[in-house]
Amino acid sequence: MNLYNVVDQIEKLDPDMSGRLDGRRAALKQFTSFAGKVALAAVPLSLGGMLKKAYGQSVTTVLDVLNYALTLEYLEAEFYTQAVASAGLIPAGAPTGAITTIRDHENAHVAFLRTAIQGAGGTPVNKPNFDFTAGGAFANVFSNYDTFLAVAQAFEDTGVRAYKGQAAKLISNNDVLTAALNIHSVEARHASHIRQMRRARGAAVKPWITGKDLGGLPAATAAIYAGEENATQAGVEITNINGMSISMDDATEAFDEPLTEQQVLAIVRPFIR
Amino acid sequence: MDIISGQKPGASEQHPIARNVSRRNFLRFAGITGASAAIIITGCGKDETDEMDGGVNLGSGDIGVLNYAYALEQLEAAFYTRVAEMPYNNISPLERQYFEEIRDHEIAHRELFKKALANNAIRNLEVDFSAVNFSNRESVLATAKAFEDLGVSAYNGAGKLLTNPDYLLLAGKIVSVEARHAALVRDLIANGSFADNTIVDANGLDRSLNPMEVLAAAAPFVKTRINASNLPTN
Repeated sequence: MNLYNVVDQIEKLDPDMSGRLDGRRAALKQFTSFAGKVALAAVPLSLGGMLKKAYGQSVTTVLDVLNYALTLEYLEAEFYTQAVASAGLIPAGAPTGAITTIRDHENAHVAFLRTAIQGAGGTPVNKPNFDFTAGGAFANVFSNYDTFLAVAQAFEDTGVRAYKGQAAKLISNNDVLTAALNIHSVEARHASHIRQMRRARGAAVKPWITGKDLGGLPAATAAIYAGEENATQAGVEITNINGMSISMDDATEAFDEPLTEQQVLAIVRPFIR
Repeated sequence: MDIISGQKPGASEQHPIARNVSRRNFLRFAGITGASAAIIITGCGKDETDEMDGGVNLGSGDIGVLNYAYALEQLEAAFYTRVAEMPYNNISPLERQYFEEIRDHEIAHRELFKKALANNAIRNLEVDFSAVNFSNRESVLATAKAFEDLGVSAYNGAGKLLTNPDYLLLAGKIVSVEARHAALVRDLIANGSFADNTIVDANGLDRSLNPMEVLAAAAPFVKTRINASNLPTN
Protein backbone atom coordinates (compact mmCIF):
# COMPACT_ATOMS: atom_id res chain seq x y z
CA MET A 1 0.00 0.00 0.00
CA ASN A 2 1.31 3.39 -0.92
CA LEU A 3 1.92 5.38 2.23
CA TYR A 4 1.07 8.61 0.50
CA ASN A 5 -2.40 7.24 -0.23
CA VAL A 6 -2.93 6.81 3.48
CA VAL A 7 -2.44 10.49 3.99
CA ASP A 8 -4.86 11.17 1.14
CA GLN A 9 -7.42 9.06 2.95
CA ILE A 10 -6.84 10.86 6.20
CA GLU A 11 -7.35 14.14 4.42
CA LYS A 12 -10.64 12.92 2.99
CA LEU A 13 -11.82 11.79 6.41
CA ASP A 14 -10.41 14.77 8.18
CA PRO A 15 -10.11 17.82 5.91
CA ASP A 16 -8.36 19.81 8.63
CA MET A 17 -5.53 17.31 8.74
CA SER A 18 -3.52 18.99 6.04
CA GLY A 19 -4.03 22.29 7.74
CA ARG A 20 -2.63 21.00 10.99
CA LEU A 21 0.34 19.37 9.41
CA ASP A 22 2.61 21.15 7.02
CA GLY A 23 2.22 19.13 3.91
CA ARG A 24 1.99 15.50 3.03
CA ARG A 25 5.65 14.69 3.43
CA ALA A 26 5.67 16.28 6.84
CA ALA A 27 2.54 14.37 7.74
CA LEU A 28 4.24 11.11 6.94
CA LYS A 29 7.30 12.10 8.86
CA GLN A 30 5.29 13.30 11.82
CA PHE A 31 3.01 10.33 11.95
CA THR A 32 5.38 8.50 14.17
CA SER A 33 7.07 11.65 15.35
CA PHE A 34 6.92 12.84 18.90
CA ALA A 35 7.34 16.34 17.57
CA GLY A 36 3.95 15.99 15.97
CA LYS A 37 2.30 14.34 18.90
CA VAL A 38 -0.03 17.17 19.72
CA ALA A 39 -1.52 17.31 16.24
CA LEU A 40 -1.55 13.56 15.92
CA ALA A 41 -3.22 12.97 19.24
CA ALA A 42 -6.23 14.59 17.62
CA VAL A 43 -6.36 11.93 14.89
CA PRO A 44 -9.33 9.67 15.69
CA LEU A 45 -8.19 6.37 17.11
CA SER A 46 -10.24 4.51 14.50
CA LEU A 47 -7.64 5.58 11.99
CA GLY A 48 -5.00 3.81 13.99
CA GLY A 49 -5.89 0.41 12.60
CA MET A 50 -5.69 1.58 9.02
CA LEU A 51 -2.42 3.36 9.57
CA LYS A 52 -1.04 0.38 11.41
CA LYS A 53 -1.85 -1.86 8.45
CA ALA A 54 -0.29 0.60 6.07
CA TYR A 55 2.89 0.91 8.04
CA GLY A 56 2.96 -2.79 8.76
CA GLN A 57 5.46 -4.46 11.01
CA SER A 58 7.56 -1.45 11.83
CA VAL A 59 4.79 0.53 13.49
CA THR A 60 3.54 -2.57 15.28
CA THR A 61 7.04 -3.10 16.63
CA VAL A 62 7.42 0.52 17.66
CA LEU A 63 4.06 0.50 19.43
CA ASP A 64 4.97 -2.74 21.18
CA VAL A 65 8.21 -1.20 22.40
CA LEU A 66 6.42 1.93 23.57
CA ASN A 67 3.81 -0.05 25.48
CA TYR A 68 6.52 -2.18 27.05
CA ALA A 69 8.34 1.00 28.10
CA LEU A 70 5.05 2.41 29.41
CA THR A 71 4.57 -0.65 31.63
CA LEU A 72 7.99 -0.12 33.19
CA GLU A 73 7.33 3.59 33.65
CA TYR A 74 3.98 2.83 35.34
CA LEU A 75 5.91 0.61 37.74
CA GLU A 76 8.45 3.29 38.59
CA ALA A 77 5.93 6.15 38.73
CA GLU A 78 3.60 4.27 41.06
CA PHE A 79 6.52 3.12 43.21
CA TYR A 80 7.86 6.62 43.83
CA THR A 81 4.37 8.11 44.18
CA GLN A 82 3.55 5.66 46.97
CA ALA A 83 6.98 6.16 48.55
CA VAL A 84 6.69 9.95 48.71
CA ALA A 85 3.18 9.54 50.15
CA SER A 86 4.43 7.15 52.88
CA ALA A 87 4.81 9.26 56.00
CA GLY A 88 8.17 8.89 57.72
CA LEU A 89 9.76 6.78 54.98
CA ILE A 90 12.08 9.28 53.29
CA PRO A 91 14.04 11.78 55.40
CA ALA A 92 13.10 15.41 54.86
CA GLY A 93 15.45 17.67 52.94
CA ALA A 94 17.76 16.37 50.19
CA PRO A 95 16.44 12.79 50.14
CA THR A 96 12.81 13.83 49.77
CA GLY A 97 13.85 16.40 47.18
CA ALA A 98 15.69 13.81 45.10
CA ILE A 99 12.94 11.19 45.25
CA THR A 100 10.34 13.82 44.38
CA THR A 101 12.41 14.82 41.35
CA ILE A 102 12.63 11.20 40.23
CA ARG A 103 8.91 10.62 40.86
CA ASP A 104 8.06 13.62 38.70
CA HIS A 105 10.28 12.36 35.86
CA GLU A 106 8.65 8.93 35.93
CA ASN A 107 5.18 10.44 35.87
CA ALA A 108 6.26 12.66 32.98
CA HIS A 109 7.55 9.57 31.13
CA VAL A 110 4.16 7.89 31.61
CA ALA A 111 2.30 10.89 30.21
CA PHE A 112 4.78 11.29 27.36
CA LEU A 113 4.61 7.63 26.30
CA ARG A 114 0.80 7.54 26.51
CA THR A 115 0.55 10.60 24.29
CA ALA A 116 3.08 9.17 21.86
CA ILE A 117 1.30 5.82 21.62
CA GLN A 118 -2.04 7.50 20.99
CA GLY A 119 -0.42 9.84 18.50
CA ALA A 120 0.86 6.86 16.55
CA GLY A 121 -2.60 5.32 16.42
CA GLY A 122 -2.03 2.84 19.22
CA THR A 123 -3.75 2.22 22.52
CA PRO A 124 -1.73 2.63 25.70
CA VAL A 125 -1.76 -0.45 27.90
CA ASN A 126 -3.54 -0.10 31.23
CA LYS A 127 -1.59 0.42 34.41
CA PRO A 128 -1.14 -2.96 36.15
CA ASN A 129 -1.86 -3.46 39.84
CA PHE A 130 1.46 -3.50 41.61
CA ASP A 131 2.73 -5.26 44.70
CA PHE A 132 5.95 -3.51 45.66
CA THR A 133 6.58 -6.00 48.44
CA ALA A 134 7.01 -8.62 45.68
CA GLY A 135 4.85 -11.09 47.52
CA GLY A 136 6.43 -10.26 50.85
CA ALA A 137 10.09 -10.36 49.82
CA PHE A 138 10.28 -6.60 50.49
CA ALA A 139 7.53 -6.45 53.11
CA ASN A 140 8.81 -3.19 54.61
CA VAL A 141 9.48 -1.41 51.29
CA PHE A 142 7.38 1.60 52.30
CA SER A 143 8.35 1.66 55.96
CA ASN A 144 12.10 0.97 55.85
CA TYR A 145 14.19 3.56 54.04
CA ASP A 146 17.01 1.16 53.17
CA THR A 147 14.63 -1.42 51.71
CA PHE A 148 12.98 1.33 49.70
CA LEU A 149 16.34 2.53 48.31
CA ALA A 150 17.37 -1.04 47.48
CA VAL A 151 14.22 -1.61 45.45
CA ALA A 152 14.68 1.82 43.83
CA GLN A 153 18.18 0.85 42.72
CA ALA A 154 16.83 -2.42 41.36
CA PHE A 155 14.17 -0.61 39.33
CA GLU A 156 16.51 2.10 38.00
CA ASP A 157 19.30 -0.24 36.94
CA THR A 158 16.70 -2.55 35.36
CA GLY A 159 15.15 0.41 33.54
CA VAL A 160 18.48 1.46 32.07
CA ARG A 161 19.14 -2.05 30.83
CA ALA A 162 15.59 -2.44 29.52
CA TYR A 163 15.64 0.67 27.31
CA LYS A 164 19.09 -0.28 26.02
CA GLY A 165 17.74 -3.66 24.96
CA GLN A 166 15.08 -2.04 22.76
CA ALA A 167 17.27 0.45 20.90
CA ALA A 168 17.92 -1.77 17.90
CA LYS A 169 14.18 -2.28 17.35
CA LEU A 170 13.76 1.47 16.99
CA ILE A 171 16.66 2.04 14.60
CA SER A 172 14.37 2.77 11.66
CA ASN A 173 12.38 5.41 13.53
CA ASN A 174 14.64 8.33 14.37
CA ASP A 175 12.14 10.27 16.46
CA VAL A 176 11.12 7.39 18.68
CA LEU A 177 14.71 6.21 19.00
CA THR A 178 15.90 9.64 20.09
CA ALA A 179 13.07 10.01 22.59
CA ALA A 180 13.84 6.56 24.02
CA LEU A 181 17.52 7.49 24.33
CA ASN A 182 16.56 10.72 26.07
CA ILE A 183 14.55 8.73 28.63
CA HIS A 184 17.28 6.07 28.92
CA SER A 185 19.95 8.53 30.04
CA VAL A 186 17.60 10.10 32.59
CA GLU A 187 17.07 6.65 34.11
CA ALA A 188 20.85 6.29 34.29
CA ARG A 189 21.11 9.63 36.10
CA HIS A 190 18.49 8.37 38.57
CA ALA A 191 20.39 5.11 39.03
CA SER A 192 23.59 7.01 39.75
CA HIS A 193 21.90 9.16 42.38
CA ILE A 194 20.02 6.32 44.08
CA ARG A 195 23.31 4.45 44.33
CA GLN A 196 24.91 7.50 45.94
CA MET A 197 21.99 7.69 48.38
CA ARG A 198 22.57 4.05 49.29
CA ARG A 199 26.29 4.63 49.71
CA ALA A 200 25.51 7.47 52.10
CA ARG A 201 23.59 4.86 54.12
CA GLY A 202 26.58 2.55 54.21
CA ALA A 203 25.97 0.29 51.21
CA ALA A 204 29.08 -0.73 49.28
CA VAL A 205 28.00 0.65 45.92
CA LYS A 206 29.31 3.20 43.45
CA PRO A 207 27.34 5.27 40.92
CA TRP A 208 28.21 2.69 38.27
CA ILE A 209 27.81 -1.10 38.12
CA THR A 210 30.90 -3.18 38.90
CA GLY A 211 30.79 -6.65 37.37
CA LYS A 212 27.50 -8.30 38.31
CA ASP A 213 27.77 -7.06 41.88
CA LEU A 214 24.39 -6.80 43.60
CA GLY A 215 25.55 -3.99 45.87
CA GLY A 216 23.95 -5.59 48.91
CA LEU A 217 20.64 -6.39 47.24
CA PRO A 218 19.12 -9.79 48.10
CA ALA A 219 20.40 -12.75 46.10
CA ALA A 220 16.95 -13.06 44.53
CA THR A 221 17.73 -9.93 42.51
CA ALA A 222 20.72 -11.49 40.74
CA ALA A 223 18.91 -11.42 37.39
CA ILE A 224 19.06 -7.61 37.45
CA TYR A 225 22.85 -7.68 37.12
CA ALA A 226 23.31 -10.89 35.15
CA GLY A 227 25.57 -10.20 32.19
CA GLU A 228 27.00 -6.95 33.57
CA GLU A 229 30.28 -8.80 34.08
CA ASN A 230 30.83 -8.72 30.32
CA ALA A 231 34.27 -7.29 29.50
CA THR A 232 34.28 -7.88 25.74
CA GLN A 233 32.81 -5.17 23.50
CA ALA A 234 32.50 -5.42 19.72
CA GLY A 235 34.70 -8.50 19.92
CA VAL A 236 37.43 -6.57 21.71
CA GLU A 237 38.70 -7.47 25.19
CA ILE A 238 38.54 -4.26 27.23
CA THR A 239 40.81 -5.35 30.08
CA ASN A 240 44.23 -3.80 29.46
CA ILE A 241 43.12 -2.81 25.98
CA ASN A 242 45.93 -1.50 23.75
CA GLY A 243 48.37 -1.86 26.63
CA MET A 244 46.43 0.52 28.89
CA SER A 245 46.03 -0.27 32.57
CA ILE A 246 42.34 -1.13 32.53
CA SER A 247 41.27 -3.54 35.28
CA MET A 248 38.43 -6.02 35.02
CA ASP A 249 36.35 -3.78 37.30
CA ASP A 250 37.00 -0.74 35.09
CA ALA A 251 36.21 -2.76 31.98
CA THR A 252 32.81 -3.85 33.26
CA GLU A 253 31.93 -0.47 34.78
CA ALA A 254 32.68 1.39 31.54
CA PHE A 255 29.82 -0.31 29.68
CA ASP A 256 26.25 -0.96 30.82
CA GLU A 257 24.69 -4.06 29.31
CA PRO A 258 21.20 -4.57 27.82
CA LEU A 259 18.44 -6.88 28.99
CA THR A 260 15.89 -8.52 26.71
CA GLU A 261 12.18 -7.95 27.22
CA GLN A 262 11.85 -11.51 28.51
CA GLN A 263 14.60 -10.95 31.09
CA VAL A 264 13.04 -7.68 32.24
CA LEU A 265 9.54 -9.11 32.52
CA ALA A 266 10.89 -11.96 34.61
CA ILE A 267 12.49 -9.38 36.92
CA VAL A 268 9.38 -7.22 37.34
CA ARG A 269 6.77 -10.02 37.38
CA PRO A 270 6.94 -10.47 41.19
CA PHE A 271 5.96 -6.80 41.50
CA ILE A 272 2.83 -7.18 39.37
CA ARG A 273 -0.30 -8.68 40.95
CA MET B 1 35.41 28.51 6.71
CA ASP B 2 36.48 25.43 8.56
CA ILE B 3 34.27 23.71 11.02
CA ILE B 4 36.15 23.63 14.25
CA SER B 5 38.84 25.82 12.86
CA GLY B 6 42.11 24.52 14.18
CA GLN B 7 45.34 26.46 14.42
CA LYS B 8 47.45 26.65 11.32
CA PRO B 9 50.59 24.54 11.29
CA GLY B 10 53.22 26.25 13.37
CA ALA B 11 50.88 28.72 15.00
CA SER B 12 51.15 28.66 18.75
CA GLU B 13 48.18 30.62 19.93
CA GLN B 14 44.64 29.42 20.29
CA HIS B 15 42.67 28.99 17.11
CA PRO B 16 40.09 31.63 16.13
CA ILE B 17 37.03 29.70 17.23
CA ALA B 18 38.54 29.00 20.60
CA ARG B 19 39.22 32.69 21.06
CA ASN B 20 35.70 33.57 20.07
CA VAL B 21 33.96 30.96 22.16
CA SER B 22 34.76 31.82 25.72
CA ARG B 23 34.93 29.22 28.41
CA ARG B 24 31.92 30.84 29.99
CA ASN B 25 30.00 30.20 26.80
CA PHE B 26 31.21 26.64 26.71
CA LEU B 27 29.93 26.02 30.18
CA ARG B 28 26.59 27.34 29.05
CA PHE B 29 26.63 25.34 25.85
CA ALA B 30 22.96 24.57 26.18
CA GLY B 31 22.45 27.94 24.55
CA ILE B 32 24.22 26.95 21.38
CA THR B 33 21.79 26.95 18.51
CA GLY B 34 21.64 24.94 15.36
CA ALA B 35 21.84 28.17 13.43
CA SER B 36 25.19 29.19 14.85
CA ALA B 37 26.57 25.70 14.34
CA ALA B 38 25.35 25.69 10.77
CA ILE B 39 27.35 28.82 10.07
CA ILE B 40 30.46 27.20 11.40
CA ILE B 41 30.21 24.22 9.09
CA THR B 42 29.70 26.18 5.90
CA GLY B 43 32.31 25.44 3.32
CA CYS B 44 34.25 22.69 4.96
CA GLY B 45 37.34 21.55 3.18
CA LYS B 46 38.07 18.22 1.61
CA ASP B 47 39.84 15.33 3.24
CA GLU B 48 43.22 16.02 1.67
CA THR B 49 43.07 19.64 2.74
CA ASP B 50 42.23 18.61 6.27
CA GLU B 51 45.18 16.30 6.46
CA MET B 52 47.59 18.81 4.92
CA ASP B 53 46.52 21.44 7.43
CA GLY B 54 46.98 19.02 10.30
CA GLY B 55 43.24 18.70 10.81
CA VAL B 56 41.11 15.58 10.76
CA ASN B 57 38.09 14.56 8.74
CA LEU B 58 35.72 12.30 10.66
CA GLY B 59 34.50 10.66 7.48
CA SER B 60 31.03 9.55 6.50
CA GLY B 61 28.42 6.95 7.45
CA ASP B 62 28.75 4.85 10.58
CA ILE B 63 32.53 5.18 10.46
CA GLY B 64 32.16 8.95 10.65
CA VAL B 65 29.82 8.70 13.64
CA LEU B 66 32.21 6.33 15.41
CA ASN B 67 35.09 8.74 14.75
CA TYR B 68 32.93 11.51 16.18
CA ALA B 69 32.46 9.45 19.35
CA TYR B 70 36.17 8.65 19.32
CA ALA B 71 36.98 12.37 19.21
CA LEU B 72 34.76 13.05 22.23
CA GLU B 73 36.21 10.15 24.17
CA GLN B 74 39.73 11.40 23.40
CA LEU B 75 38.76 14.76 24.85
CA GLU B 76 37.21 13.28 27.99
CA ALA B 77 40.02 10.79 28.57
CA ALA B 78 42.64 13.52 28.21
CA PHE B 79 40.78 15.73 30.67
CA TYR B 80 40.41 13.08 33.38
CA THR B 81 44.00 11.94 32.87
CA ARG B 82 45.03 15.47 33.82
CA VAL B 83 42.59 15.53 36.75
CA ALA B 84 43.98 12.25 38.07
CA GLU B 85 47.61 13.35 37.56
CA MET B 86 47.15 16.62 39.40
CA PRO B 87 44.14 16.30 41.72
CA TYR B 88 42.63 19.57 42.88
CA ASN B 89 43.47 21.00 46.28
CA ASN B 90 42.06 19.14 49.27
CA ILE B 91 40.47 16.44 47.15
CA SER B 92 38.83 13.77 49.30
CA PRO B 93 39.99 10.16 48.95
CA LEU B 94 36.57 9.15 47.60
CA GLU B 95 36.48 11.92 45.00
CA ARG B 96 40.01 11.00 43.95
CA GLN B 97 38.97 7.37 43.56
CA TYR B 98 35.90 8.35 41.54
CA PHE B 99 37.90 10.54 39.16
CA GLU B 100 40.50 7.82 38.64
CA GLU B 101 37.73 5.37 37.81
CA ILE B 102 36.02 7.82 35.45
CA ARG B 103 39.40 8.32 33.77
CA ASP B 104 39.71 4.58 33.28
CA HIS B 105 36.16 4.34 31.89
CA GLU B 106 36.90 7.08 29.36
CA ILE B 107 40.21 5.50 28.40
CA ALA B 108 38.40 2.18 27.87
CA HIS B 109 35.89 3.95 25.59
CA ARG B 110 38.63 5.75 23.68
CA GLU B 111 40.75 2.68 23.16
CA LEU B 112 37.79 0.59 22.06
CA PHE B 113 36.95 3.09 19.32
CA LYS B 114 40.59 3.28 18.32
CA LYS B 115 40.85 -0.47 18.02
CA ALA B 116 37.46 -0.93 16.35
CA LEU B 117 38.10 1.83 13.81
CA ALA B 118 41.64 0.59 13.10
CA ASN B 119 42.81 2.19 9.86
CA ASN B 120 39.71 4.38 9.72
CA ALA B 121 40.46 6.04 13.06
CA ILE B 122 41.27 9.73 13.14
CA ARG B 123 44.63 10.59 14.64
CA ASN B 124 45.16 11.74 18.20
CA LEU B 125 43.61 15.13 18.83
CA GLU B 126 45.55 17.97 20.36
CA VAL B 127 43.67 19.34 23.36
CA ASP B 128 43.78 22.68 25.13
CA PHE B 129 42.77 22.82 28.78
CA SER B 130 44.32 26.23 29.45
CA ALA B 131 40.91 27.51 30.54
CA VAL B 132 40.76 24.95 33.36
CA ASN B 133 42.34 25.58 36.76
CA PHE B 134 43.22 22.02 37.70
CA SER B 135 44.11 22.92 41.28
CA ASN B 136 40.66 24.35 41.87
CA ARG B 137 37.81 21.96 42.65
CA GLU B 138 35.15 24.31 41.35
CA SER B 139 36.90 24.74 38.00
CA VAL B 140 37.48 21.01 37.54
CA LEU B 141 33.94 20.04 38.53
CA ALA B 142 32.37 22.69 36.30
CA THR B 143 34.40 21.45 33.33
CA ALA B 144 33.64 17.82 34.14
CA LYS B 145 29.94 18.59 34.35
CA ALA B 146 30.04 20.31 30.98
CA PHE B 147 31.92 17.42 29.37
CA GLU B 148 29.65 14.73 30.84
CA ASP B 149 26.39 16.48 30.00
CA LEU B 150 27.77 17.19 26.55
CA GLY B 151 28.78 13.56 26.11
CA VAL B 152 25.30 12.36 27.06
CA SER B 153 23.69 14.84 24.67
CA ALA B 154 26.11 13.85 21.93
CA TYR B 155 25.41 10.12 22.17
CA ASN B 156 21.68 10.76 22.47
CA GLY B 157 21.82 12.82 19.29
CA ALA B 158 24.10 10.39 17.46
CA GLY B 159 21.96 7.28 17.91
CA LYS B 160 19.73 8.12 14.97
CA LEU B 161 22.75 8.72 12.74
CA LEU B 162 23.86 5.10 13.00
CA THR B 163 22.63 2.39 10.65
CA ASN B 164 24.29 -0.67 12.19
CA PRO B 165 22.31 -1.93 15.22
CA ASP B 166 25.48 -3.30 16.83
CA TYR B 167 27.03 0.16 16.84
CA LEU B 168 23.78 1.60 18.19
CA LEU B 169 23.85 -0.86 21.07
CA LEU B 170 27.50 -0.04 21.74
CA ALA B 171 26.65 3.66 21.89
CA GLY B 172 23.81 2.80 24.27
CA LYS B 173 26.17 0.87 26.52
CA ILE B 174 28.44 3.90 26.76
CA VAL B 175 25.91 6.72 27.07
CA SER B 176 24.33 5.41 30.26
CA VAL B 177 27.75 5.26 31.88
CA GLU B 178 28.37 8.87 30.81
CA ALA B 179 25.01 9.72 32.38
CA ARG B 180 26.07 8.01 35.62
CA HIS B 181 29.22 10.15 35.56
CA ALA B 182 27.23 13.29 34.79
CA ALA B 183 24.87 12.69 37.70
CA LEU B 184 27.75 12.07 40.11
CA VAL B 185 29.65 15.19 39.05
CA ARG B 186 26.49 17.29 39.29
CA ASP B 187 25.84 15.96 42.78
CA LEU B 188 29.42 16.79 43.80
CA ILE B 189 28.73 20.38 42.73
CA ALA B 190 25.25 20.55 44.28
CA ASN B 191 23.66 17.49 45.82
CA GLY B 192 20.34 16.77 44.15
CA SER B 193 21.20 18.37 40.80
CA PHE B 194 21.80 14.98 39.11
CA ALA B 195 18.88 15.47 36.73
CA ASP B 196 17.62 18.98 37.39
CA ASN B 197 15.60 21.10 35.00
CA THR B 198 18.70 22.64 33.43
CA ILE B 199 19.28 19.30 31.65
CA VAL B 200 15.99 17.36 31.85
CA ASP B 201 12.87 18.91 30.30
CA ALA B 202 9.23 18.93 31.40
CA ASN B 203 8.63 15.61 29.62
CA GLY B 204 11.38 14.03 31.71
CA LEU B 205 13.67 13.82 28.67
CA ASP B 206 17.43 14.36 28.62
CA ARG B 207 18.92 16.53 25.90
CA SER B 208 20.07 15.52 22.42
CA LEU B 209 22.51 17.61 20.41
CA ASN B 210 23.69 17.16 16.84
CA PRO B 211 27.39 16.86 16.01
CA MET B 212 27.70 20.47 14.89
CA GLU B 213 26.33 21.73 18.20
CA VAL B 214 28.53 19.35 20.17
CA LEU B 215 31.73 20.12 18.26
CA ALA B 216 31.11 23.85 18.52
CA ALA B 217 30.73 23.46 22.29
CA ALA B 218 33.89 21.36 22.51
CA ALA B 219 35.91 23.62 20.19
CA PRO B 220 37.57 25.74 22.92
CA PHE B 221 39.18 22.56 24.24
CA VAL B 222 40.35 21.07 20.95
CA LYS B 223 43.22 22.54 18.95
CA THR B 224 42.99 20.08 16.09
CA ARG B 225 40.60 21.20 13.38
CA ILE B 226 37.76 18.68 13.05
CA ASN B 227 35.85 18.41 9.80
CA ALA B 228 32.44 16.83 10.44
CA SER B 229 30.86 17.86 7.16
CA ASN B 230 30.57 14.33 5.83
CA LEU B 231 28.70 12.97 8.84
CA PRO B 232 25.14 11.78 8.26
CA THR B 233 22.48 14.23 9.38
CA ASN B 234 19.62 11.84 10.05
